[in-house]
Amino acid sequence: MQYVKHGKICADEWLHVGNEGDLPGQGNLIVPLARWAAVRDELLARKNPLGIKLASSEAPERIREDLGRFDLVALEFPVFRDGRAYSHARLLREQYGFKGELRAAGNVLYDQFSFMHRCGFDAYEVQKDSDAQRFAKALSEFTVRYQPDPDGSPSIMELRLQPYRNVKTVGARP
Amino acid sequence: MYRYDEFDHAFVTERVAQFRDQVARRLNGELTEEEFRPLRLMNGLYLQLHAYMLRVAIPYGVLSSRQLHKLADIATRYDRGYAHFTTRQNLQYNWPRLEDMPDILAEMASVEMHALQTSGNCIRNITADQYAGVAADEVEDPRICGEILRQWSSLHPEFSFLPRKFKIAITGSPRDRAAIKLHDIGIVMVRNEAGGAGCEFWVGGGQGRTPVIAKCINSFVPKRDMLSYAEAILRVYNMHGRRDNIYKARIKILVNEIGIKEFSRQTNEQWAHIRDGALDVPAEEIARITAYFAPPAYEQLQNEPAALLQMRAADPAFAAWLRSNVAAHKIPGYAIVNISLKPIGGIPGDATDAQMHAVADLAERYSFDELRVTHEQNLTFADVRQSDLYDLWRALGKNGLATPNIGLVSDIIACPGLDYCALANARSIPVAQRISERFADLKRQHDIGDLKIKISGCINACGHHHVGHIGILGVDKKGVEFYQITLGGSADENASIGEILGAAFSYDDVVDAVEKVIETYLNIRTRPDENFLAAVRRTGIAPFKEALYAVR
Repeated sequence: MQYVKHGKICADEWLHVGNEGDLPGQGNLIVPLARWAAVRDELLARKNPLGIKLASSEAPERIREDLGRFDLVALEFPVFRDGRAYSHARLLREQYGFKGELRAAGNVLYDQFSFMHRCGFDAYEVQKDSDAQRFAKALSEFTVRYQPDPDGSPSIMELRLQPYRNVKTVGARP
Repeated sequence: MYRYDEFDHAFVTERVAQFRDQVARRLNGELTEEEFRPLRLMNGLYLQLHAYMLRVAIPYGVLSSRQLHKLADIATRYDRGYAHFTTRQNLQYNWPRLEDMPDILAEMASVEMHALQTSGNCIRNITADQYAGVAADEVEDPRICGEILRQWSSLHPEFSFLPRKFKIAITGSPRDRAAIKLHDIGIVMVRNEAGGAGCEFWVGGGQGRTPVIAKCINSFVPKRDMLSYAEAILRVYNMHGRRDNIYKARIKILVNEIGIKEFSRQTNEQWAHIRDGALDVPAEEIARITAYFAPPAYEQLQNEPAALLQMRAADPAFAAWLRSNVAAHKIPGYAIVNISLKPIGGIPGDATDAQMHAVADLAERYSFDELRVTHEQNLTFADVRQSDLYDLWRALGKNGLATPNIGLVSDIIACPGLDYCALANARSIPVAQRISERFADLKRQHDIGDLKIKISGCINACGHHHVGHIGILGVDKKGVEFYQITLGGSADENASIGEILGAAFSYDDVVDAVEKVIETYLNIRTRPDENFLAAVRRTGIAPFKEALYAVR
């Protein structure tokens, strides 16, 4: 497995822990939602940054109140076909204002990178080394896109309107 | 029609390159078949019983002559000289090779076409009324919103891995020819009290093993808000649609389980966050796209020119074709011509490369260089001068394309069935062919009148059997093909699901059973203009049941 953050392969400084077993004394932990619910105070007492992992069936609504306590949210793709986390990522970024690391975990493959990036993910646990090495290519396959992106890249519709922009505010309601 | 600008061109060109890379990775073993599957599916490429099948997107069913020539050339070069028009206004090739696929897509891109999202669990090609722009009762041309939605849905980053496929249909007329109530989202163009055009959204319709008529979720969404509203619906579905059971994964199941009121509440909650944002469709963009669908340069003509009336009186075969295949146009002196792809005994929706070239030439000559594909697997020339009808009819006839049976008993929808499809339980095409041959006598067909027979080879209902006036569903009973008959279904503005008549019939007996149903109708109709559906709705299925099963 390779870890890609902000487009580059790098060392992962985070450690996943499960629902069972002792918590390691040191390190930045990513805990599942159930563990967070079970030992919340113990986790909050630690000095290290804290991350939480949500299964695709766990709505981010469930951590909304506590979002400020997490430096990282990992969203799991149990299989690449399960696309719930794309919507969850957008909710976290666009509605809940989460600014920390948003990590794609699980069945994360080359052909999903671009979609994930465009939904607000900025870190990836990549299963195949060859996929991780070609990460930049995945994001450059398209130079144009029909939908507005959360990172502010203009959609085709916005590009078409640029000639009008100086004279009129786009999207303003009368 | 819509023409690509430099951005659309860049998008499809990059898409071809992306798919070329995906195919190369599959061929060199880097991708497993399981990993490649969703990628090829998103590009309309299925692995069928005998070969790959490629489904080409025809957005809202509109084609230029140039595009149809290209599709014919592809059929010649990469397939076996024919192609199949589908119930979703698409075109399918049944015998392409995986290695050729990138080149086929590049050829399509050269005429502004692609195969994107014609399968897979994503937003599929958007379908529309084949009479768009020319129907007298139209509120607004549905292709405008269709094109806006097509662009928005193309490689949508959030909605490319939905619980299940997602189909959108649009009509601009209150008279529904696009079966919008049988779609995941159906849109009707309507006017509000202020006179502005907008979208009435219906949600949760579908066929398959659980047929459901869609429910109205919003009776007026302004055009500028249509994308944010659609995005809100899709987001609720993507998050909450069932993923534990493929047969319960369509949006209709979610809407039924939580109720339209709750579904609407959640949609509005999402909509509130994204409305008036980056998805707002600016007036300039609406105007830009609307301009592509401006009416062609019509001449000032009179209705029913003398030469037409003369030929109609002189040639009964021409008169029969006028009666069934030609529809009224909103402009005086023009007509809508439907070209039947249902010759007696033929395969519904199939066309040879030579026929496609001929149709493309005729569209160029007689209908402003453009044609439409209908969801009933026929073709439409939307803008034909009435004074050209006779010449057009003769030219179509020379190519085997003048069968006067639109809307009649032999104008059958059928899925590919067990002859091609990996999912089918039974054959569909030969059943359609045998019914068509049984009723080959066109005088008898015209006497029977409006009748829609729809045949599916399995419960997935690609042949729309639930909404056939007579629906036929192929089932497998211990390895033997049987056919269940339903009556009274309809896909129009008064949509209804057909009712099962009784025990299924064998392959040998099903045509006799259909004939018996039709004879029963002829006996019970109150007047010749009480059509089959009206009669079934009046009497219910009892008389038909009696006729079919009492003697057994």
